[in-house]
Amino acid sequence: DIELDFAGDENFQENHEREKHKGKRRNDDRQKNKRENQRRKRSSKSVQGIREESQSKTERRGRGRRRRGKAEHETSEHEGNEEKRDQIRAKTTKSKKNIKNEKTRKLEGKEDGEAQERSERGKLKLVCAKNEEKIESGDQLKEKEKALGVKKKKKKKRKKVVETSSEPESSEEGDDEEEVNDDGEVRPELLSPEELEKLKEALDEKKKLIQSLRGKPWPMKQKLVTLRESQLFVEKYEGALGQGKGRKLYAYKKWMKFQRDFENFKAACIPWEMKIKEIESHFGSSVASYFIFLRWMYGINMILFGLTFGLVMVPEIYFMLTILLFTFLEQALMGRPYGSIPRKTVPRAEEAGAMDFAVLWDFGGYAQYSVLFYGYYNNQRAIGWFKFRMPLSYFLVGVGTVAYSYMVVIRTMARNANESGIGDDNSFNFSWKMFTSWDYLIGNPETADNKFASITTSFKEAILEEQESQKDDNIHLTRFLRVLANFLVLCCLAGSGYLIYFVVRRSQKFALDGLENHTWWERNEVNMVMSLLGMFCPMLFDVISTLENYHPRVALQWQLGRIFALFLGNLYTFIIALMDAINLKRKEEKVVKYNITMWEASLYNGTGSENSTAPPITIHPADVPRGPCWETMVGQEFVRLIISDTMTTYITLLIGDFLRAVLVRFLNHCWCWDLEAGFPSYSEFDVSGNVLGLIFNQGMIWMGAFYAPCLPALNLLRLHVSMYLQCWAVMCCNVPQERVFKASGSNNFYMAMLLVILFLSTLPAIYTIVTIPPSFDCGPFSGKNRMFDVIQETLESDFPTWFSKVFSYASNPGLVLPFILLMVLAIYYLQSTSKSYKEANVELKNKIQMQNEENKKKNKQAALKAQMDLEEARKSASQRNNDASVQRREEDEKIYNKNQRMYHGRNPSPSVGDREPHFPVRGPAPRNCHNGNHGNPRYLPGFHQQSEPRMYRVPSVAFLGFK
Amino acid sequence: ENPFRDRIVETFSEDGQGNMSFNDFVDMFSALCETSPRELKTIYAFKIYDFNRDNFICKEDLQKTLNKLTKGELTPEEVRLVCDKAIEEADLDADNKLSFSDFENMISKAPDFLR
Repeated sequence: DIELDFAGDENFQENHEREKHKGKRRNDDRQKNKRENQRRKRSSKSVQGIREESQSKTERRGRGRRRRGKAEHETSEHEGNEEKRDQIRAKTTKSKKNIKNEKTRKLEGKEDGEAQERSERGKLKLVCAKNEEKIESGDQLKEKEKALGVKKKKKKKRKKVVETSSEPESSEEGDDEEEVNDDGEVRPELLSPEELEKLKEALDEKKKLIQSLRGKPWPMKQKLVTLRESQLFVEKYEGALGQGKGRKLYAYKKWMKFQRDFENFKAACIPWEMKIKEIESHFGSSVASYFIFLRWMYGINMILFGLTFGLVMVPEIYFMLTILLFTFLEQALMGRPYGSIPRKTVPRAEEAGAMDFAVLWDFGGYAQYSVLFYGYYNNQRAIGWFKFRMPLSYFLVGVGTVAYSYMVVIRTMARNANESGIGDDNSFNFSWKMFTSWDYLIGNPETADNKFASITTSFKEAILEEQESQKDDNIHLTRFLRVLANFLVLCCLAGSGYLIYFVVRRSQKFALDGLENHTWWERNEVNMVMSLLGMFCPMLFDVISTLENYHPRVALQWQLGRIFALFLGNLYTFIIALMDAINLKRKEEKVVKYNITMWEASLYNGTGSENSTAPPITIHPADVPRGPCWETMVGQEFVRLIISDTMTTYITLLIGDFLRAVLVRFLNHCWCWDLEAGFPSYSEFDVSGNVLGLIFNQGMIWMGAFYAPCLPALNLLRLHVSMYLQCWAVMCCNVPQERVFKASGSNNFYMAMLLVILFLSTLPAIYTIVTIPPSFDCGPFSGKNRMFDVIQETLESDFPTWFSKVFSYASNPGLVLPFILLMVLAIYYLQSTSKSYKEANVELKNKIQMQNEENKKKNKQAALKAQMDLEEARKSASQRNNDASVQRREEDEKIYNKNQRMYHGRNPSPSVGDREPHFPVRGPAPRNCHNGNHGNPRYLPGFHQQSEPRMYRVPSVAFLGFK
Repeated sequence: ENPFRDRIVETFSEDGQGNMSFNDFVDMFSALCETSPRELKTIYAFKIYDFNRDNFICKEDLQKTLNKLTKGELTPEEVRLVCDKAIEEADLDADNKLSFSDFENMISKAPDFLR
């Protein structure tokens, strides 16, 4: 009976692998058979003995054991390894059994209409038995059955691939494990090396299974059972294969658990995750993408802030504190005047109003002479006990900020491009629209309604495009309108640029006169004008863009591009005006410098004549005359700009969104038309505008961060506030957009803009650093000719001489030029290779397309042929009704081979085991629910119900005799 | 609000009627959660879109999908056109319906099959 046992074993294993119910049913069948056999053949004693042997085991294991025990028993009966005899014997017993069983089966099948499967199998067995009787030699049949078995195996494999599709190796898993189980379960310690190897393999596979279990499309129950099974298996044999491994596994488990906990912890640590998820569910992923972008920005600013704070501000403050301490001690001991160095104190003339709020708001007064601005920092080369190189650090942090930003932006862009770069072919337009257009993150009915509408419109658009893909009516008019629109936009841009330039000029005049003589409006004119332009020009562009009839997505990009240009123009006008201001300041500086030398000379003359030893310590640092520090001025301008920008954003948010929402909500009861549905209604969240605002804000940070180290900190504050404020505003007073579009496509567009803005904002900063000499009495670089002289200085004084020598060699043009040339060559090479890769990609794509077409044709032909064959087969089958089973099987094989895509499976029927209450051990009863899950339908193009039994004869026979 | 919510529940439920056991419930979440592999999602998505459970997405399934997606706002001709187009695009073996391999092939190339 060994063969049966093995078959049973296989099924037993298979249970755990997949299709639990099927195998179980078969198992039950088989066991029933076995019981009968046992009862018939053997004395009840031996059976009982075997049972006693295995009673202590777990259910399923126990069953396996029993079978194995039986097998052992039998092999001992036949004295070990004479397999052939065994097999023959098994064959004969089986045939007997088949004949016996088949009758009962048949009866049952007739009784039970729904248990089609079993009746089918009963018939099959009948056929088998007939065959056996005809041929009368077990061996031939065995061969055939084996062949069928192999085929069955193959079939199974394919089915597995279809079903799991994530783990094609799983098929082999099953085969290996049975065998291993066979030897392994009896006595693991007496194994030969090969078997040990096998066992190890099985173990590894089990582990793999445990790991990949998550990705399998099985019902949860099965997953759990399988997991428990494999874990049991692993635990059991882990010990048999060596102690260390088990311990390792334990440690590994712990480590896994820790990792999982850590993951959870990390997920819990992501800031604002819940808020964003909530918004996502209400407004779709595009609005959420803005907040994710905001959070990303926040992270970047956090790092920038950390850099500046840790490497620039803290040392400076530390330095200042020590100086204060020293001066305080000096004052206490020697009666010297209390104070610091001049650049850190407010000059006497400004001291009166230095604490006024208006002055502070403008970042004048105390704020101007604080750690927030460039001018505060000292030019002492090394400070503190650690000899911290302050100016060098300042310079490097400035460079590092920009470098880090470039790196992050480009890396993110590359990642995004990787994600979205592949799927740009349009071959599955409709299918994608059909299957992937729903945004599964939407959880709000209103948004869902909008989504429905947008999907409908997108379908209609697609249909329209499909219908008139070539036709384009009145192209001249559209062209003219587009040119006109662009002209108008250009006019707008030029006008706004001029306006800003004009205002900046005027404000410089005011500044020369002195700020105190002017009104608030005159003082804040520049910022206000810029903010107003930023507010109204986009609306104008919106109106203009209706002229030019673009597709909404294209229109959105145009719109964004225009606003971008506007902002950029404004920013650059601002910078040019600032350059003018810088030049003015520098002229002023020259005068002041001359004055100071005169003043110092007079001072020295005055004091020196009386007492040459006494230094001029009597002067309070606030009284020392000072040059206008243009760097601080630039920093101040940027800080003011950002503050005003933030204020406008918040105020528009409050007025435009909140107040509007409140008015609409509460005046709706007493108004003559419906406010909610009519004109004002509620506002939508403007993703593109907000993203642009964010990007420009960041650009200004990058531009100004060198002259005002406080900017990242300020931005951090702003982002933090706007995160909460905007989250709140969105949730309480915005309605979801009418045109909900998916965010994934437009992400890289934003990133590209960010990159452009980064580049453009670093340009002026670098220009000023490189070309304009620093002011003579403020900032870390005072006294130097150029700011980057720090590097040279450091090289000369802090590094060994050979290093500076090497550096000077390396930096001479003879070496630098070839190096640049080399870089250009490398870039060219990389670019050309990437181009060729792209071409190859396109070619491959084309090839795949061709292949697909060909496959389509082939498959169609094959399907047609199969259908015709089937027709023939049916005809012939109707002629010779029952006799020619062999031929039929061959036909079936043919059909089967041809139809590669056939699914096979069976309807679960009530298990036989259910009807045998005396049978003690039984696995979970098969479930009826697997219609959807296990690919049951034996669907074949052109196949009809009548032909099914024939189709399924092959697999069932194979299942019975398979070893 | 989700047009396929009934379908999803039906797909994951044991009896196919939308009555779920706890295991099915857990199953559903494990398939829909963000970390589950794409293949798994593909399999379940196929089952969700396969309305009549014949392991093929045929035209009727597509029509149902489309009507659910648009709340029936497209005219029958438009629906037919779209379905024809979709099948024409994705069907590799010209049997006028989408098998799982067709579906997998199509969905694996989709840019925003996120869920």
